Amino acid sequence: MSLADKDRIFTNVYGFQDWGLKAAQARGDWDDTKKLMEVGQDAIIDEIKASGLRGRGGAGFPTGMKWSFMPKESKDGRPSFLVINADESEPGSCKDREIIRHDPHKLVEGALIAGFAMRARAAYIYIRGEYIREAETLFAAVEQAYDAGLLGKNAAGSGYDFDVYVHRGAGAYICGEETAMIESLEGKKGQPRLKPPFPAGAGLYGCPTTVNNVESIAVVPTILRRGAAWFSSFGRENNKGTKLFQISGHVNKPCVVEEAMSITFEELIEKHCGGIRGGWDNLLAVIPGGSSVPLVPGEQIRNAFMDFDGLKELGSGLGTAGVIVMDKSTDVVRAISRLSYFYKHESCGQCTPCREGTGWMWRVMKRLETGDAEIEEIDMLQQVTKQVEGHTICALGDAAAWPIQGLIRHFRPEIERRINERAGAMQEAAE
Amino acid sequence: MAARKIAPDTPELRAQWGSWTFNEETKAKADKAIARYPEGRQRSATMPLLDYAQRQVGAETDTQGWLPLPVIEYVAAYLDQPVIRVLEVATFYTMYNLEPVGKYHVQVCGTTPCMLRGSDEIIATCKKRGMKAGHVSDDGLWSFTEVECMGNCATAPMVQINDDNYEDLTAERMDAVLDALAKGESPKTGTQEPGRHTSEPAGALSSLKEMVEENHDYRGEW
Repeated sequence: MSLADKDRIFTNVYGFQDWGLKAAQARGDWDDTKKLMEVGQDAIIDEIKASGLRGRGGAGFPTGMKWSFMPKESKDGRPSFLVINADESEPGSCKDREIIRHDPHKLVEGALIAGFAMRARAAYIYIRGEYIREAETLFAAVEQAYDAGLLGKNAAGSGYDFDVYVHRGAGAYICGEETAMIESLEGKKGQPRLKPPFPAGAGLYGCPTTVNNVESIAVVPTILRRGAAWFSSFGRENNKGTKLFQISGHVNKPCVVEEAMSITFEELIEKHCGGIRGGWDNLLAVIPGGSSVPLVPGEQIRNAFMDFDGLKELGSGLGTAGVIVMDKSTDVVRAISRLSYFYKHESCGQCTPCREGTGWMWRVMKRLETGDAEIEEIDMLQQVTKQVEGHTICALGDAAAWPIQGLIRHFRPEIERRINERAGAMQEAAE
Repeated sequence: MAARKIAPDTPELRAQWGSWTFNEETKAKADKAIARYPEGRQRSATMPLLDYAQRQVGAETDTQGWLPLPVIEYVAAYLDQPVIRVLEVATFYTMYNLEPVGKYHVQVCGTTPCMLRGSDEIIATCKKRGMKAGHVSDDGLWSFTEVECMGNCATAPMVQINDDNYEDLTAERMDAVLDALAKGESPKTGTQEPGRHTSEPAGALSSLKEMVEENHDYRGEW
């Protein structure tokens, strides 16, 4: 059983049709949005809670619950803000880009409804700087919505005043972290803030703020139109709904595709990606949720459920559902070492364990690629990852540690083989 | 952390850029950007203004643009901010070029998803043409950087050149794109895979087939 086209939310995900307002309306977007809002803020939040929607940006926090943390009234005159995280920069992730450039009105309509539900006065959509053409589309979509009276004063005839603004980043992965994003929106370096205070108490400009991923917001209008029961009819308990999967690497047909949560890895790959390059026997390992989650050996993942719990059981995670597939031609140590370089490059430099640790880990990983190390250094590296993990303000330190831990857990013999081979060759040369 | 430093503050730099200001077009865009943020929060517009400044410098120098120190100072003054507040933003975010770049700034993604699909070959193609990091080619046409994940993983490997992406590259396709740009042409952007539209499974669409031909409304089937 797999997802039918009629149950796909992002019907224009491939951009075969126009992204503009008229075409989006013909597909069902902005259809009597006012009516969806008439049920009131609390009813919307309850419906989203009932749908089982969990944040699509990686952490999987229940979206409705997140919204319910926002103040119901402002006691001191501070407004509330919705910030939409379109800073998609996690290696392996490329779904928000498709929403923004091909179905932006789902996001803009979702911004209004979500903003209304959490009693925000405006939404800022923070789009990564490298999405240049995508940002042009998004700016234009927002303008179309204003021109049609769907945003601004009395948005969509709802009686609610709501603004949506687009803010472009400029090339910093760390701004995908919610408090770094808020700092960046305020015109500063994107360095994460200590929590508490949590953004729902003091976020953007010190005002109550909720940060949600693009996909989490863009699915909201459809959930409300079709009902929580519809959305929660997909996926296993605690892992409900549909999800955009992004499959890259060594499959025959890499793609972005919306599927039901809890689809098995094998079905996902066979149905949409034309199988593993060279067949299932050629599968080495998979990073199932974007670069920050540990890899899973091929034989373990084949029958796994692609959802939060299924991948957690394998010591990994669903993350953003950016699935990076590696076949047996892959230099797996280099694949992870390249990620270590990524985290070194993207560390904001604020916390010492991360700033120094990411560079240190990368340099050791570089040597492990060629086996230019001692066997004991594998354990030392493992130990250092543990000293970085959990010792920084944000999760970038953890994200840098986990891929290396996954590599050591599953491919230690390969690392040792390289070290031993090199040592052997050196000895031979010396004799 | 990415190691980034600004171009030296020399008398020549001051002579060339000291009197730089926004032109009318940039000024209009800048004021519109400032208006997106609440009263008194104009600091929030630092990022868009630096981007516009870089673009104006680009247009004036027929390159992708960069940020000489006097330009950064101008932006700071425009926003009524201390220079350091703007300078620290300019040095933190990697899309602000702190040194001159070429007419075409070639940014090849080398992160793992692209690496698995052959970005080594794309980088080699650039190197073969004499491109190297932090260096502008003698004809002023090219500058090169290996960048981190650009979010085009399902159409990897890819390159971003100025404002456009070229995806599903091979060495030959990359050469064709670069040749076309060198000739002043505008090669097709997006995927370079024949028959592929965007990020669908190439040549084997597995869902939403109705959408190819018409703007299908699925609500009738709900």
